[in-house]
Amino acid sequence: MILDLAIAKRRGDFALDVAVAAAGERVTALFGASGAGKSTVVQAIAGMLRPDRGHIRVDGTAFFDTGRRIDLPPERRRVGYVFQDAKLFPHLSVRDNLRYGWRRARAEERRIAVPPVVDLLALGPLLDRRPHTLSGGERQRVALGRALLAQPRVLLMDEPLAALDAPRKAEILPFIERLRDEFALPIVYVSHALDEVVRLADALVVLDRGRVRAAGPLIEVMGRPDLRGLFGPVDFGAVLEAVVTGHEGRYGLSVLATPGGELRVPRIDAPVGGRVRVRIRSRDAALALDPPSRCSVVNVLTGTIAGLELHGGAGATAQIDLNGAALLADITRLSVDRLKLAPGLAVHVLIKAVALDRGTAAPDRGAIDG
Amino acid sequence: MPSPVEIEALLLSLRVAAVAVAGALPLAVLAGFVLARLPFPGKTLLDGLVHLPLVLPPVVIGYLLLITFGTRAPVGGWLLETFGIRLVFDWTGAALAAGVVCFPFLVRAIRLSLEAADPALEAAARTLGAGRGDVFMSITLPLMLPGVVAGAITAFAAALGEFGAIITFVSNIPGETRTLPLAIYTALQTPGGETAAARLAGLSIALALAGLILSEVAARRIRRGIGR
Repeated sequence: MILDLAIAKRRGDFALDVAVAAAGERVTALFGASGAGKSTVVQAIAGMLRPDRGHIRVDGTAFFDTGRRIDLPPERRRVGYVFQDAKLFPHLSVRDNLRYGWRRARAEERRIAVPPVVDLLALGPLLDRRPHTLSGGERQRVALGRALLAQPRVLLMDEPLAALDAPRKAEILPFIERLRDEFALPIVYVSHALDEVVRLADALVVLDRGRVRAAGPLIEVMGRPDLRGLFGPVDFGAVLEAVVTGHEGRYGLSVLATPGGELRVPRIDAPVGGRVRVRIRSRDAALALDPPSRCSVVNVLTGTIAGLELHGGAGATAQIDLNGAALLADITRLSVDRLKLAPGLAVHVLIKAVALDRGTAAPDRGAIDG
Repeated sequence: MPSPVEIEALLLSLRVAAVAVAGALPLAVLAGFVLARLPFPGKTLLDGLVHLPLVLPPVVIGYLLLITFGTRAPVGGWLLETFGIRLVFDWTGAALAAGVVCFPFLVRAIRLSLEAADPALEAAARTLGAGRGDVFMSITLPLMLPGVVAGAITAFAAALGEFGAIITFVSNIPGETRTLPLAIYTALQTPGGETAAARLAGLSIALALAGLILSEVAARRIRRGIGR
């Protein structure tokens, strides 16, 4: 067990009571709206905040345990913490920032050396600069390197991209992916941005007002039809794992093989044969009993209805089983009755390719470099 | 040209002020750190105590020093018996008086510069494996540095100018406790001493200006170093 925690903390009106377990996953995402308690959890893991009761164990080491009266000070926990806004030491050069934790790690614990980290994060040209001369993206790269070089047991990332604009975000994400793939280091990734989570995480823990509302493998949690209220009507939708089978340059499309059939998406930057993840928002999918003819919607996947979740208003969510993969479609309750939709019924899922825009399709782990 | 006596007053003033600031500095760093970073009950009281010399009449400070460090006073008597240290009528006593007076200037500047620094930097240092003492030396102290420098220069100027506390505590002894302000006062009390007083006043003004300029230059240089 890499991470095993169950903690409770009360602070004013806010009460946190969560249990999180992560075994083999490389990236566990803590997802939720602001105020859900995500940061509180990682701060407790790092020892910056003391829970009222509970336990925190990382990699077999007890960091905190009210029953056993254990509360390791932060410096003895060896977690790498990446803050939202870098928190580089202003009076030290980039080089000295990077070496701050490295110098304090015991020699026999130094598995991660400075040169590979400098290479991986492209920090070479920045080494002699002072933090205040760096751009936001550069600062965050230095912060990642500094945390890595402290030889952590686990890397905690607290909304590391939230303070950056979209282009900077796109610049940093590949670095985080490379870091995830090249260093065998479990990562706890806190975010309220679903596109980051889908791109990076293996496991997903959804927090809401201090409680865990859903937890499990990312694909599984995202495919549940009952979590619409948590993700919100815009972000709600399942994630499909697919393989790139070709690019149709003339139309600016990429063709993917999914368990439910061929899927065309606006061109994504991944080689043929590369594995990708596609998030299909439930509101972008429609159902038909017969295959549509002469229709502008280019994607028609086939599957069977696995579940129906009726909402309070006009809507309902259908969970479609695509040969083992799950897909979600928001439809009206009227359609449920008209088409007599019920579990086990074979359906065609219509998905507009243009709806699958940026942020919904992304290369899966190691797809670009591998 | 200033006379040898006037030069003597100037050098004595510089020595008294330097020792006063150097002696007050470690305590001021501690007080500034405690006030800026540690939450504890009674903080307002400590804050008030630190600022007391700023609002008390200097004569009262001198009086309080006298009833504490006088040769027959509890602390002063003990110092004299145990170590043979006598502060009254001695330039070290003048330095103590000046140190007490300039203490709030030091603490204020140090505290302000630390409050302007993000406490998360210290939290970050802890997660990177640095213990409390290590964090204080490697992060907190450097972050305080602008305040230490600015505070030290202001405090030095305040110590140079101290009059009431010094004359009350250690009297006005030529070559021993007669600093610049005391020398000016003495010159004005002496018939025909106006020109000497003017020269000494000129020296004081020059010193004060140099201090202010130095403080500004130093602060700017340090700020540039850490990008604030």
